[in-house]
Amino acid sequence: MLVLNNVEVVYDHVILVLKGMSLVVPEGKVVALLGSNGAGKTTTLKAISGLLKSENGEFTDGYIEFYGERISGMEAETIVRKGIFQVMEGRRVFEHLTVEENLIAGAYTRRDRPNIRKDIDGVYEYFPRLRQLKSRTAGYLSGGEQQMLAIGRALMARPKLMLLDEPSLGLAPLLVREIFRIIKQINEDQGTTILVVEQNANIALSIADYGYIMENGRIVLDGEVDKLIDNEDVREFYLGMGDLGTRKSYRDVKHYKRRKRWLS
Amino acid sequence: MDFFLQLVITGLVVGSVYALVALGFVLIYKSSDVINFAQGEFLLVGAYIALTMVMLYNVPFLAAVALTLGFCVLLGLLVERLVLRPFIGEPVISVIMATIGLSLLMRGLVQMIWGTDTRTFPGIFSDTPIRMGELVVSSVYLWSLALAILLLVVFNLFFKYSSTGIVMRAAADDQMAALSMGISVKRIVAITWAIAAVVAAVGGILLGNINGINPTLAYIGLLVLPVVILGGLDSIPGAIVGGFTIGLLEALAGGYLDPIFGGGVKEVAPFVVLVIVLMIRPYGLFGKEIIERV
Ligand SMILES: Nc1ncnc2c1ncn2[C@@H]1O[C@H](COP(=O)(O)OP(=O)(O)OP(=O)(O)O)[C@@H](O)[C@H]1O
Ligand SMILES: [Mg+2]
Repeated sequence: MLVLNNVEVVYDHVILVLKGMSLVVPEGKVVALLGSNGAGKTTTLKAISGLLKSENGEFTDGYIEFYGERISGMEAETIVRKGIFQVMEGRRVFEHLTVEENLIAGAYTRRDRPNIRKDIDGVYEYFPRLRQLKSRTAGYLSGGEQQMLAIGRALMARPKLMLLDEPSLGLAPLLVREIFRIIKQINEDQGTTILVVEQNANIALSIADYGYIMENGRIVLDGEVDKLIDNEDVREFYLGMGDLGTRKSYRDVKHYKRRKRWLS
Repeated sequence: MDFFLQLVITGLVVGSVYALVALGFVLIYKSSDVINFAQGEFLLVGAYIALTMVMLYNVPFLAAVALTLGFCVLLGLLVERLVLRPFIGEPVISVIMATIGLSLLMRGLVQMIWGTDTRTFPGIFSDTPIRMGELVVSSVYLWSLALAILLLVVFNLFFKYSSTGIVMRAAADDQMAALSMGISVKRIVAITWAIAAVVAAVGGILLGNINGINPTLAYIGLLVLPVVILGGLDSIPGAIVGGFTIGLLEALAGGYLDPIFGGGVKEVAPFVVLVIVLMIRPYGLFGKEIIERV
């Protein structure tokens, strides 16, 4: 459904951030994109959704195709209309609008106005908490409630492909699990394809079918989730488990100074 | 008591025009952080075009108003396209300078075409004043007030409930997030400029009916600066309350204090109140607070 082929992206004409990024997202699946800070995950999502332009980023090589049509270089507006919706890092709800107004704004590109009311109720089914908060100013919601709103707002556009940028950011573990359960449920009920970027590899891989690991602007490892989970390096560097399955903190890992095999 | 009520009515009428012009100001500021120094010239152009249609081409008043508003929509869109679009990505201060240039250009054109004499609309509203008990009010005042209030109510409902209104507020809140849901920020800014031109033109037509028009009317564009700052630069209700407040203040200060001090208080009073309000509420009466929570 979505193909990135050898994509290169440069910010401000000089900063090369994506260096030959290739990735495939099959229809109906949940794909996880993992990687450390600054690897270029957010940039990858922005390249897909067309938001790069407003940040002075540009493609210097490669292409992105959605259902076989080249979308790299199109306006963000056009790409949304084609069915790709990015939930940005840090939630970015419209702070001075109410919860319900945020949902209405999410449906901006929809042509079938009469169904919008029904879809708002649909969002409240997934997130009953939002129904209670519907006339509250979004800026005053808790972080978790804002994340629910950000995902709900994306649902309002009825996207075919949803790009989620670190939905776990700053949320308590229990809430993280709840949000991911709902993401999986959305994928199953609505058939929405999902590409999720995460720092929290554990939770992302728990719902994903396929995973990509990126370092320094390109993919260094990918595979079916069960294979990835068995991979020693992934266990050690991303899942925080040593060879014996004991938990290790990231600092310990660094202390060992073990080279990641795929980089050597 | 009579004198007081008379002043109040005058204040409300002038205030309603301030509110209209300020509304345009606030909309533009909200959508693009730009302070539009050409707002007063929009008012001027609107007033002159309506006047020309009525006087020269004998278009019935209401039709002339409708045509003028249509023209102002185009004017707003054109200005956005030709003057502002090229500045996308440039610092806000450059855009503000561009609006100053635009204001000089428009004022120059108006003076070239229509000259500098004061012109009046032919009596459209009946001359017979309306009596309300002791009070005598000219009917043009009441009509103006009613029209301005109607328009303000309509726009408020538009922003509160229509999906375009909601999307306009959304884009004002977070342009990037708006872009990510397919909202065309360019289109929103264009609509904003069109509305700003329309409300200013209505203000101009109302003032033209009360006092006649000449190019100095454009200074209202600057007079509403205290109005919008008082109300909070980014608040629509603030612009409206601010407009009426400053209108009343001017009228009352002019009526009671000017005779004592020999004039000048009327012009200064709004700024005195402005400074006091800003000391207590730095964002203005209704300015939106920066919501901080992570
Ligand atoms: N607008 C920009 N202009 C210039 N450089 C940028 C811009 N956005 C990101 N970068 C740089 O690109 C690199 C990748 O950033 P990106 O946001 O894609 O990382 P990320 O993988 O999402 O990281 P994180 O996990 O911390 O969110 C970083 O080095 C960053 O400094
Ligand atoms: Mg990121």
